[in-house]
Amino acid sequence: MMPSNKSVSDAPIVQFTNCQILRNHQLQREDLWVREGKILNPEKLFFDEKGSADIQLDCKNSIIAPGFIDVQINGGFGVDFSLATEDIKSGISLVSQKILSHGVTSFCPTLVTSPPSVYHQVLPQISIRNGGPHGAGILGVHLEGPFISQEKKGAHPEHHLRTFESGAFQDLLATYGHLGCVRIVTLAPEMKRSSEVIQELTRRGICVSLGHSVANLSQAEEAVQQGATFITHLFNAMLPFHHRDPGIVGLLTSDQIPAGRRVFYGMISDGIHTNPAALRIAHRAHPKGLVLVTDAIAGMGLAPGKHTLGQQVIEVYGMNTYIAGTKTLSGSVATMDSCVRHFLEATGCTVEMALEAASLHPAQLLGIEQQKGTLNYDNDADFLLLDDSLHVQATYISGVQVWPQDTFAL
Amino acid sequence: MRLVILDDYNLASEWAAKYICNRIIQFEPKQGRYFTLGLPTGSTPLGCYKKLIEYHKNGHLSFKYVKTFNMDEYVGLPRNHPESYHSYMWNNFFKHIDIDPNNAHILDGNARDLQAECDAFEKKIEEAGGIDLFVGGIGPDGHIAFNEPGSSLASRTRLKTLAMDTILANAKYFDGDLSKVPTMALTVGVGTVMDAKEVMILITGAHKAFALYKAIEEGVNHMWTVSAFQQHPRTIFVCDEDATLELRVKTVKYFKGLMHVHNKLVDPLYSMKEEN
Repeated sequence: MMPSNKSVSDAPIVQFTNCQILRNHQLQREDLWVREGKILNPEKLFFDEKGSADIQLDCKNSIIAPGFIDVQINGGFGVDFSLATEDIKSGISLVSQKILSHGVTSFCPTLVTSPPSVYHQVLPQISIRNGGPHGAGILGVHLEGPFISQEKKGAHPEHHLRTFESGAFQDLLATYGHLGCVRIVTLAPEMKRSSEVIQELTRRGICVSLGHSVANLSQAEEAVQQGATFITHLFNAMLPFHHRDPGIVGLLTSDQIPAGRRVFYGMISDGIHTNPAALRIAHRAHPKGLVLVTDAIAGMGLAPGKHTLGQQVIEVYGMNTYIAGTKTLSGSVATMDSCVRHFLEATGCTVEMALEAASLHPAQLLGIEQQKGTLNYDNDADFLLLDDSLHVQATYISGVQVWPQDTFAL
Repeated sequence: MRLVILDDYNLASEWAAKYICNRIIQFEPKQGRYFTLGLPTGSTPLGCYKKLIEYHKNGHLSFKYVKTFNMDEYVGLPRNHPESYHSYMWNNFFKHIDIDPNNAHILDGNARDLQAECDAFEKKIEEAGGIDLFVGGIGPDGHIAFNEPGSSLASRTRLKTLAMDTILANAKYFDGDLSKVPTMALTVGVGTVMDAKEVMILITGAHKAFALYKAIEEGVNHMWTVSAFQQHPRTIFVCDEDATLELRVKTVKYFKGLMHVHNKLVDPLYSMKEEN
């Protein structure tokens, strides 16, 4: 250990050695340096500060990837984010803590279609907060519904679907009550006055996602031109691809996307929601837009059986999750790391692409790639140690090992 | 001089690395007694650096008590530019070894007062007790560091404008775009290197053969500045076969015949590990 002589900060410098890190879209044999919760530039440290590492950790040839970001997760471990309770905070805390072992370092708790009373009770209780040993960071809430199509409601309860045709954005605001912590809104763009709503949400920095919709391609393109940037679980709850009207799926190769913008699309790669061939078609058509999501429900992490999803009762058999008594899929019990592994296997893509679909792309979607989603210098030190088959060995947030909760995992 | 001729680039790189390794270890560096090494950049020494890193990673060689002084650096190139000599040294050497950053000296091509920077560099060398072993290369025009043809053989560390030969040779590192190649550099002088206790010049490849011929078989001449080392008491030239292509057969045969003597300098290869 070298006596360190740093001019910028006295905080300890940790050097992760004997590893392959994901940087510049490639796995490289480089060490990862961390100080004060951020990724440190070791060359700058060496020449400008004449500094060196205080602690060196041997990662035994692990892969180091940016922490996963899940932008669609409805609950887990018995917790349902859409259930109106007095104590939504402890439910979110439990899930945020448990998903650390799946490699998720930041997430968007998702609420499915619910009556206004639920939104009014739940939303004020959720706050955006950094992750840490207490759990993954909360980037904001994803509101999926109620402004969605009746024909593509999927598992959403019909009697709580709404339109905003009379008051446009004011209707939306009245329904949700409180937009302070909202990060993503999924809506059906074919609904009357959706343009105004999309514009206003975009103006407020809220990401608009298209889903649970029967929109045709022009309606979808119009929505993107108004500001929409995401597609909620591609293929599911939308019109199937048709060669004369590809519908929302056609956005993947549309030439009407405004210059400099990219349309992202969520995919649940749990082996159930999408046939691997369909997953491959989407991936090959538009690899840089693919965002892996779990769409996990309360039953995730628990034994098979009955659980709730907002106003519905769900039955879980193995990996399959249906509305009780039906064959309608509703959410999943997949974990993020298993989605990454399944995606890798089903598409035959590179390890780098699989990892980026769960980290870089969601960060780009939310416009936070200067802080999260990469191992670039000065980014937040949220990262994972993985073995060669992409099983999570350890999870770090702000440079601190948050899972497993004991001494250095390796 | 010693002219050490190995069959190919890898063997030449290895011989040079072993020599450096032995010199450091035999010096017995410790707290307050640092081994000072002069270092080059470019493609020639890459193999040598890789071997030194290997010896370090296997526990045989530590740079904890080694001070280094690089020969040169471009002027006006940002320090973190991928082609700066700071970047080169970090990526190809410093990041893999245990040298104290305070002991790794490279000229600052972005200093406000360039001559003052050069003078300060000379002072640092003097304060370190002089250079024990200066490792260098040779340009196709026979230059050492950036002492281009016409440089005084008594020169010290200073600002130099690069010759066209050098700019052309460096263009490959700047996407082949001549307009992107820096035109000026700070460099140690021929005199600065001559002050070292020992000098080792690495020369590999057929494109360097003519320069080697001019440097050792013709006279001391400021147009081929490496020729100055004919007047240094301890110089070693380490080459591969290809670099000797312009030499007289007699010269090559003589020095090849001495390889058994040369090899005693690298065999046995010492190690800093505690032997059982």
